[in-house]
Amino acid sequence: MKLRSSLLSSALILAAVPLAAQETTCPVQVGVLHSLSGTMAISETTLKDVMLMLVDQQNAAGGVLGCDIEAVVVDPASDWPLYAEKARELLTQQEVDVIFGNWTSVSRKAVLPVIEELNGLLFYPVQYEGEESSRNVFYTGAAPNQQAIPAVDYFLEELGVEKFALLGTDYVYPRTTNNILESYLQDNGISEENIFVNYTPFSHADWATIVSDVIELGSDGSQVGVISTINGDANVGFYKELAAQGVSADDIPVVAFSVGEEELSGLDTSNLEGHLAAWNYFMSADTPANADFIAAWHEFIGDEDRVTNDPMEAHYIGFNMWVNAVEQAGTTDVDAVREAMWGQEVPNLTGGTAVMGADHHLSKPVLIGEIRADGQFDIISQTDPVAGDAWTDFLPESAVLVSDWKDLGCGMYNTETETCVQLTSNY
Amino acid sequence: MRAFLIAFLCCVLSPVMAAAQDLQTVLQRYAEEVESPGRQTVGVVIDDLLAAELPTAPAFLGYWQDRQIVRNQDDGLFYRAGEREGETLELIDLDSGEVAMAVPTASVTEVRPNGGVRRELGAALVRFQLADPDPAVRRSALASIARSPDPDQIAPLDASIADEPDAAIRDEKVRLRNILAARFGDTPEIRVEAIRNLGGSIAPISRAALAQILSTTEVVTQGDPDGNVARLLDVGRDLTRVEAYARLVDAGLVPPRVSDTDIRNALIANIAEGTVGGWAVTELDTVAARRAAYVALEAEGVVPPFITEEEIEAALSDHTIALVYNEDDPAITQAAEQTLAGIDRRVAASNGADLAIDAVSLASIYFLAAIGLAITFGVMGVINMAHGEFIMIGAYTGYVVQQYVPDYTLSLIIALPLAFVVAAAAGVALERLVIRHLYHRPLETLLATFGISIALQQLAKNIFGTQARPLTAPGWLDGQWVMNEIIGVSYIRVAIFVLALLFLGLLLFILNRTRLGLEVRAVTQNPGMAASMGIDPDKINMATFALGSGIAGIAGVAIGLYGQVTSEMGANYIVQSFMTVVVGGVGNVWGTLAGAGLIGMLQKGIESFNPSNTLAAQTFMILFIIIFIQFRPRGIVALKGRAAGD
Amino acid sequence: MRNDVFKPSTLLFLGALAVFAIVVTIMAGQGMVSTSFVKTLGKTLCLCLAAIAMDVIWGYTGILSLGHMAFFGLGGYMIGMWLMYARTETLVAPGLAAQPLPPTEGEVRDAIGSQIFGVVGSSDFPMIWMFADSLVLQLALVVLVPSLLALVFGWLAFRSRVTGVYLSILTQAMTLALALYLFQNDSGLRGNNGLSGLQNIPGFEDVPQSTLSLSFFWASAFALAAGYLLFAWVVSGRMGSVLRAIRDDEQRVRFLGYQVEHYKLFAFVLTAAVTGIAGALYYPQAGIINPAEIAPIASIYLAVWVAIGGRGRLYGAAIGAAVVSLLSSWFTGGAAPNIALGDYAIRWTDWWLVLLGVSFVCVTLFAPKGIGGLVDLLQRRLPVDRTGDFGPDKGSKRAEETAQ
Repeated sequence: MKLRSSLLSSALILAAVPLAAQETTCPVQVGVLHSLSGTMAISETTLKDVMLMLVDQQNAAGGVLGCDIEAVVVDPASDWPLYAEKARELLTQQEVDVIFGNWTSVSRKAVLPVIEELNGLLFYPVQYEGEESSRNVFYTGAAPNQQAIPAVDYFLEELGVEKFALLGTDYVYPRTTNNILESYLQDNGISEENIFVNYTPFSHADWATIVSDVIELGSDGSQVGVISTINGDANVGFYKELAAQGVSADDIPVVAFSVGEEELSGLDTSNLEGHLAAWNYFMSADTPANADFIAAWHEFIGDEDRVTNDPMEAHYIGFNMWVNAVEQAGTTDVDAVREAMWGQEVPNLTGGTAVMGADHHLSKPVLIGEIRADGQFDIISQTDPVAGDAWTDFLPESAVLVSDWKDLGCGMYNTETETCVQLTSNY
Repeated sequence: MRAFLIAFLCCVLSPVMAAAQDLQTVLQRYAEEVESPGRQTVGVVIDDLLAAELPTAPAFLGYWQDRQIVRNQDDGLFYRAGEREGETLELIDLDSGEVAMAVPTASVTEVRPNGGVRRELGAALVRFQLADPDPAVRRSALASIARSPDPDQIAPLDASIADEPDAAIRDEKVRLRNILAARFGDTPEIRVEAIRNLGGSIAPISRAALAQILSTTEVVTQGDPDGNVARLLDVGRDLTRVEAYARLVDAGLVPPRVSDTDIRNALIANIAEGTVGGWAVTELDTVAARRAAYVALEAEGVVPPFITEEEIEAALSDHTIALVYNEDDPAITQAAEQTLAGIDRRVAASNGADLAIDAVSLASIYFLAAIGLAITFGVMGVINMAHGEFIMIGAYTGYVVQQYVPDYTLSLIIALPLAFVVAAAAGVALERLVIRHLYHRPLETLLATFGISIALQQLAKNIFGTQARPLTAPGWLDGQWVMNEIIGVSYIRVAIFVLALLFLGLLLFILNRTRLGLEVRAVTQNPGMAASMGIDPDKINMATFALGSGIAGIAGVAIGLYGQVTSEMGANYIVQSFMTVVVGGVGNVWGTLAGAGLIGMLQKGIESFNPSNTLAAQTFMILFIIIFIQFRPRGIVALKGRAAGD
Repeated sequence: MRNDVFKPSTLLFLGALAVFAIVVTIMAGQGMVSTSFVKTLGKTLCLCLAAIAMDVIWGYTGILSLGHMAFFGLGGYMIGMWLMYARTETLVAPGLAAQPLPPTEGEVRDAIGSQIFGVVGSSDFPMIWMFADSLVLQLALVVLVPSLLALVFGWLAFRSRVTGVYLSILTQAMTLALALYLFQNDSGLRGNNGLSGLQNIPGFEDVPQSTLSLSFFWASAFALAAGYLLFAWVVSGRMGSVLRAIRDDEQRVRFLGYQVEHYKLFAFVLTAAVTGIAGALYYPQAGIINPAEIAPIASIYLAVWVAIGGRGRLYGAAIGAAVVSLLSSWFTGGAAPNIALGDYAIRWTDWWLVLLGVSFVCVTLFAPKGIGGLVDLLQRRLPVDRTGDFGPDKGSKRAEETAQ
């Protein structure tokens, strides 16, 4: 009955979807492509667990299209080429209907050619640098305009920051984000010499000189703010050095894009209190949906101390959208589901509704939180939902580009020349 | 918009409400703004509160700043949060200062002003705090002035100087007064004198004041610029030609350049029947052809003229681009220039000293990491790739101790010797089980110990997880040793430096002044002969290895205190440590010191050329070392004798 | 050892390789072997080629290079540049052609550049991409760039008589410096992102990956066979004798009037070039190359493979590389069954590295001839010898290797 009504509604809404090829084989297979070993395991294992929880929940609620859902978990072992290999295995051997996975941008870029070649479907749950819109990928994490830009606005408007230190680990996400921010800041009247950019290697430990340089920035009395895209354990040394040099969050506020509840859970947070982070979700969000989600997570994982974080919410939204889209399309066929995904709405855990745009990015609210002594965040600012922008408006090359898979059928459309630059992604 | 509205309302209403009222009434008028204040909008509320001249207002601003204010959702009123007992919270009435009621915590909203708002509140509070009996409050008021100087602050600051009991705070007040006078003084004479007085200090705030006075605006003029000109910008040195021309265009003095993109767009706009400007569209696949077609269009008058290089040249020579001081009085800017130049020289010297201190600090870390290796590698000739893992073992020992001993000082006192013992034990086990069998095959020792290294790293991951573990320094190591406004070094780095010195002394003592040292040196130089003299080389090797590994363990605690404890922390230091030993010269403690010093200086030195790229500094440092070793293969301090080969 | 290129072990190895290649092809045709496994096997063959090069420089010449994977990576980068350039060119061509004006050369280059470097926030081609549009030149660079690096580095190092563990540490520093350099975005090779999408071969867009993977598998097999023959020829005959003599006693060879540095340099550059070729075949199968691939650890693994397989014999190195890398992917792939020990279960994804490390120590201690030593056991020629017959003799002093 449920199946029929959903078929009917999908036929009404999307008359274009061919109703012929709709035999779905049970069980429906969902690939989970997260590293369970190696350096990324610490972050990605949690996402694998959350996927298993969501699948369990959905099966308890009757599965999808009358079938049970089965999660196929593979381990790409934090090895980027292995991501591509495992993705190929998932699509050709296990024949999964959708993949939820990846954390780093490099691993996503490694998987992209395989997904596009074999016409798979990937849900990518982590905040990333943008400048991409693949036909076969739905980005449920934040694009720069959903995390970085609002955080900078907050610095400019609320904290009155006049000089910016953009500190990042040397890889693509900080590089691209900082490029966008530099250009955005210059548009907002911050001159080039008032922006200090620095890149450090992964696991960098010697922060003394860099922190001194940042303090020196404020020697002319300007308010200095740090935008941190520092990744992983290098953060420990960075915040320790800030504290050692007597810099408090009141003197020089730091807003981080890669420090969340999970990262704080293993740390001594006394040095970090008062510093900021920008995400689309905080565990401390006070909504019934979030309370349910946290309770379900604690029950599933069997540990009351485990935290929830932003990428977990992204998977929650992504998975529920996919289930709805499959129900609406009446099939797990990638092309039909893709089309049904546009405009899907799922309630956020922080309140409001997330909407999937035709550029495969979500529209979500942006939250800014202040680190508390207990490793949680005080939400001190929450915006209205912001639509993810695949191609940033703040770099000249990509300002002319838009992505619209629905009407233009193109993920990289040049509005100036009115041509589709390319259909497959640049990797 | 909202700010404007509030400001408007405020203007209209304020005469009416100046009459007697209580704090809560004022707050309720701006309830929304008080509950979630914004930096740019909160000013109205503060002004109004102060305008009402309520005795409770300053205290309220302080509570607000300290985030002690809550709003009761039931009655919508604001209170100060009192004692919290479990799930209930006492609410203190703002006007009377007495406990009004106790309510469940769930029914109040905490008012949490952000950093920007709190700074505004601090600035507003200054005038009440300058004469506060508590010195800490007075200091924070001064810090608040320093953060956002304002002409209005001159009068209250002046008034408070005479009665200031604390000499240090009075000096600070005088200095701030001077800075305010330099920027906002009434007459040029007062300002020039104040500026001259600033010369003695390299404090950031003095430099900030001077920089503000010397701020400039860029102007483009035909002929000589008016006003107090700082300097003329030179095309070619300060600006590229394209940038300079763009400035002229922005000033509306010349027509814009026609770029290749403009040409392309213009051509596309004028395509007619497959041709444009007399050229077939298919021919326009070179820049030259497109320019020619554009010139043809220009002749038809349908596009703006193409600006040639000669025209740009002429325009640039016709115009002047200059930086003009925002301050009109040349006497003031001249005084500020001179004072700032003097300060800058001293700042540069201080910066150099600061860099040197950073380099010494880094060198002492490298020294600590490498000294254990210098013993095992240098003295025994054993390549121990698992040396980094002994560092890791020491750090994890420190972490585990902190789990059981919550007092950080005590735990550090326990952890240091314990780390030595644990790492030394691991070292002895390694020596007995593996290295002993490979003394004649150094290359294979290298590989076998590498096997140990990856096994130990993975074991640490399995036991402690991949996430960084905290190793917290005791409170007395927090903060930094400030020598002047620029030169400072955190106490933890001083401690590491002291530790490195201690070990240097200890090792020199052991090697040169003890029986063990004598025997170690004997075995190093000629094991066969030493054995004939009754020394047991096996025992000596074991002792040396235990010593080297144990020191690595202690280095691990030190490195963990300032950085992070991960399973890969040792691996991050191993290549650097080897290079330290090799560059310094094998078999010599002084050599290791020289190597660590050289590498530390080099890294910081290269970094200072390009502070935005730490990776480049590391790359060039390694390249330099590779080349250095070509010319001094035995290192800086080459040891004579057999241990060094040949 | 007989100075003969076509000794039985060579013929046996080539024969086994041919049979293996044919069997894999047939099984792939029947669908018994998946495309990704064919790729894994093809990549393994490339690693075998790098391992026999490593064996020549370490097992025969006695130079423990801990930087050979730098050459491997450079080879991959060189071919990767062309692959990315040419593929991006085919991607942007339709878009450019659809515009009202035919594109200029500069526009084509800009379009490709903004595609390739868009992810790292730039659009200009750095100088090192100068030849990226030419397959022939980039193929030449696959050999030339690693050779040149090896030549400069080797000339400097051998000239100043850096030997033994010092040389090992220097080579390690070299690969670390290169990796750190490439990690920077300013290096012009897309920093940490590296080059990706290399499995899509320009001009063969319509050929399915199953066919492409088999072609690369065969190309790798041919390269391995050719490399094996080349090195078998090098290490036999007079050249081989001198190299082994250098390994055993460099000073003595020098006193006999040989230009030791020239021989060492020759071996170093030749193996670097072959390793570069192996890399150029490996990365189109892996699909992505980034600087982490040339971190010092990779080169150490290469040495580990050779040691486990058995130094001083080419087939030993190849077998070591194949066995360890395949085992490694089996264990880390989660396919190996977990071992339950009461409360604790040994998950091989967690414990594989421990096992590898420990077994490696055991091989060094108890079986210095590695897997190849089994062959001797089968032939009953020699008793197990804990010190091995490479490196200095028992009579020689340890100062020989620690010298300088």
